[in-house]
Amino acid sequence: MIDFLNDAHAFLPMLLRGLLVTLELTVCALSLSLALGVVWVVMGRAGFAPWRWISRSVITVVRGIPIIVQLFFIYFVLPDWGLDLPPFVAGVMGLGLAYSVYQAENIRGGIGAVDKGLVEAGEALGMNRVTLWRRVILPLGLRHALPSIGNTMVMLLKDTSIASTITIAELTREGQLLAISTFKNGSVYALIALLYLAASLPLGALVKTLERKGRLA
Amino acid sequence: MIVLDGVTKRFGDRTVLKGVDLAVARGEVLCLIGGSGSGKSTILRCINGLERHDAGTITVGGIRVDDQGLPAIRRRVAMVFQRFNLFPHRTVLDNVIESPVHVHREPVEQARARAIELLARVDMADHAHSLPSALSGGQQQRVGIARALALRPEAILFDEPTSALDPERVGEVLRVMRELAQDGMTMLIVTHEIDFAREVADRVAFVDQGVIAETGAAADVLTAPQQARTAQFLARVLHRNG
Repeated sequence: MIDFLNDAHAFLPMLLRGLLVTLELTVCALSLSLALGVVWVVMGRAGFAPWRWISRSVITVVRGIPIIVQLFFIYFVLPDWGLDLPPFVAGVMGLGLAYSVYQAENIRGGIGAVDKGLVEAGEALGMNRVTLWRRVILPLGLRHALPSIGNTMVMLLKDTSIASTITIAELTREGQLLAISTFKNGSVYALIALLYLAASLPLGALVKTLERKGRLA
Repeated sequence: MIVLDGVTKRFGDRTVLKGVDLAVARGEVLCLIGGSGSGKSTILRCINGLERHDAGTITVGGIRVDDQGLPAIRRRVAMVFQRFNLFPHRTVLDNVIESPVHVHREPVEQARARAIELLARVDMADHAHSLPSALSGGQQQRVGIARALALRPEAILFDEPTSALDPERVGEVLRVMRELAQDGMTMLIVTHEIDFAREVADRVAFVDQGVIAETGAAADVLTAPQQARTAQFLARVLHRNG
């Protein structure tokens, strides 16, 4: 136990630096995944058939490929085509894209729960499609989707560890480096696990708070 | 003001409107009565394009109800819903200014000042900053009426405005509607409130099996119906109410 505490004292500064990168990665990828998720949903409901077709294809393709392969593609293959991205940007893009299809499902479900009568009220008030989405469908749909978005957010937090494979110095990679150089696998991985757990708990609480604030009835 | 000519509407293989002819004059209060499934709500919903009719023509103030005319018609004709349909994520005041500000680009301050007046008119000014969920059904419906008035409509469609209310809340909504009628608002009302229709309506139309079976002055249709099916319907409804 004393050993563990000594190790923790020695390793925590580096691991906390990694945790900070993990959190930055989570926030950026989450924002991208939500924005893209909304895009897939809106395209999926467009009147113009090719938009719907693109949306469906993206979702099918992205969902069928492991996240790690998507990250490798963006980080190692795109440079061959002239697009050389810094690791962090590649990580945000890969995770954001991969998670956007789950967010699309969450948002679609939330939008499906929006009372048809409210959409009709908006139409009767003269709203065009854009205003209807901006003022009624999305704000209400996202509220309904909040519990599942929160769940997805915790999964995303943990899956940022995959970004360690493209040299991003996030929590898992910092830990790996420590473990390799000190051979203290037990202490290091226990600390990593605790830090992920500690980061995910407040996320759960945040979602609960948002749900309470956004509650309509 | 509102003219329907030979309007038909199908849902799948079920024909709910089978050639509806109806005209509502400016300033007139017309009540549509009829059994459930008779098509009376569908008539209302076709007028502002919530349902698209299959054949016949509908015009509002000379403008045809079609893709081109609909924006102009929705500006002139407001709707009050059975289930109120207030936006639950916006306060009472924001519900009322929603269309003036976010559809018709009125300055916020001006829209707000007018919304307060309208809320006062339906006796809801004290609740301007409440969320709809904090209100009773009757209060929500009065806000629904204020929201409709915010469009400065030339006519208002009421789709069973008191059917979702507790009995003791019906009166407060009918009172507001009575005042609107007295102010000369053109109103087309789908309702089961026969007594209200008798008192406030200029004309009553009885809808049965997708057509207007009988229409005439409220007193005539409701006290001395010409058609046997109108009489049967009234006997059922009045018996239930009495």
